[in-house]
Amino acid sequence: MIEPLSARREIDSPMNYSCTAYELKCNECGKRYGNRPLSGCPDCLAPLEVVYDLDSARGEFTRDAIARGPASIWRYARLLPVPEGFQPDLPVGFTPLLRANNLGKRIGASNLYVKNDAVCFPTLSFKDRVVSVALANARKFGFATVGCSSTGNLANSVAAQAARLGIKACILVPADLEPAKILNTLVYGARLVRIDGNYDHVNRLCTLIADEYNWGFVNVNLRPYYAEGSKTVGYEIAEQLGWRLPDNVVIPMAGGSLIRKVRKAFNELIYLGLVAKPARPVRFFGAQATGCSPISVAVKNGAADIIPQRPNTIARSLAIGNPADGSAAAKMIREDGGWAEDVSDIEIMSGIQELAETEGIFTETAGGVTTAVVARLYAHGRIRPDETTVVCITGNGLKTTDAIAGRYDHIDARAIRPRLADFDAYLRELDGVAEPVLAAAGD
Amino acid sequence: MAIKVMLPAAFTRHTDGRKQLDSSAANLPALLTEIDATFPALSTQIKDEQGKLRKFINIYINDEDIRFLGGDAYAFQDGDEVMLIPSIAGGRS
Repeated sequence: MIEPLSARREIDSPMNYSCTAYELKCNECGKRYGNRPLSGCPDCLAPLEVVYDLDSARGEFTRDAIARGPASIWRYARLLPVPEGFQPDLPVGFTPLLRANNLGKRIGASNLYVKNDAVCFPTLSFKDRVVSVALANARKFGFATVGCSSTGNLANSVAAQAARLGIKACILVPADLEPAKILNTLVYGARLVRIDGNYDHVNRLCTLIADEYNWGFVNVNLRPYYAEGSKTVGYEIAEQLGWRLPDNVVIPMAGGSLIRKVRKAFNELIYLGLVAKPARPVRFFGAQATGCSPISVAVKNGAADIIPQRPNTIARSLAIGNPADGSAAAKMIREDGGWAEDVSDIEIMSGIQELAETEGIFTETAGGVTTAVVARLYAHGRIRPDETTVVCITGNGLKTTDAIAGRYDHIDARAIRPRLADFDAYLRELDGVAEPVLAAAGD
Repeated sequence: MAIKVMLPAAFTRHTDGRKQLDSSAANLPALLTEIDATFPALSTQIKDEQGKLRKFINIYINDEDIRFLGGDAYAFQDGDEVMLIPSIAGGRS
């Protein structure tokens, strides 16, 4: 956990910036690269991780100091890779952690919470967290244009936050993206390029573009910084539970990064003494759609490697057929005694409705995946009813209304005249009651 | 039978800046053997200490992941465009 910075390798990149608090390190070969735009280790091509001198944060990253901070992810800035002198602008994150008693009753859980990033600021998904950290670095590196490959939530957030910062944005998306996510990108004035292919094709193209253009792609050459923003989900869960860790966390998986970063956040909090080390490690449960479930399959099969899939699911925001963080995510899930499940598109739609009807939270398809998986985990006895379990809802249902619109086709759409008699008759018809049920005086 | 091998900029420091190579390799193992001989530094970058292709490399044949085509067993077709590219983790929620 201790990451001394003395072994820093000198980099001659003009975009390099020096920082004593953190730097990039290769996950595989261990080489260090200071701070510069990099998508992976130049030598062995493995993903890069931001490492911190955690011991230097002692005395600064404390419960009291955090409590004095803003009600946003920036209260945890000491353990985020943001350049010295960075002045946060937007109040991103610090979303509600809600007790979910109603959903719990339905699925047999007595200690269930929902971490509701469907209301994250500014664009209603957890991607606002990662983008804000990525763009802090984009500015430091001097990029005049930023971009991303995305199926929606990331596109919305990059477009919005780039607009706020006055940076140009170029967003690449699969051509079949949901109309709401297209509109929620274009409205910010971003350039949007539709690609004839799936997300994996789009992501590959962005890798090539980042090589050729001097642009900051948040999930390519800014990815190590971007991914660290996900840690704030873990910090917030711990703080909102009264500085303790849950027994279980259920998290949707696409690339496999979020689940790993929440675990990293918990480990940092334990190391720095902000939370007690639990007797049993927090268990992480990954949620995927069966139509794109490479990580779930790997967990279930105990496989070391991910077998790529061609995505075919309504949960487009989770449809990464070849997740580069997938192997690492599957490994950590198994190490800590967790599990992964995947659910059908019909279960996803039901999950969206179930969360809305029980807790008043309208989530997108990814949240439907997570809700349906949670129900199955309890039904199969993977999670005991009394364990403290947090379900991460990462996006807002207003962006994927097309996914469930057909579920309400049976609802009577007739209009009635604005008369009480018509209303009485209408209700009687709907309820199958012959005579009106009149309220007693005083009711 | 001729194929074109496309390389991203990340690999061109080992190929004298060339982003496109011509080859007559019959399949992926044969292509990697060619690269061993022609561009040994590139070979070191894309293979691990055991001589296996690093797990962070993806191979595409005409926009299709080679693993969907049979992997090492896939027989290159005349005119195939073979791309070697580092994998990047996805960016979606």
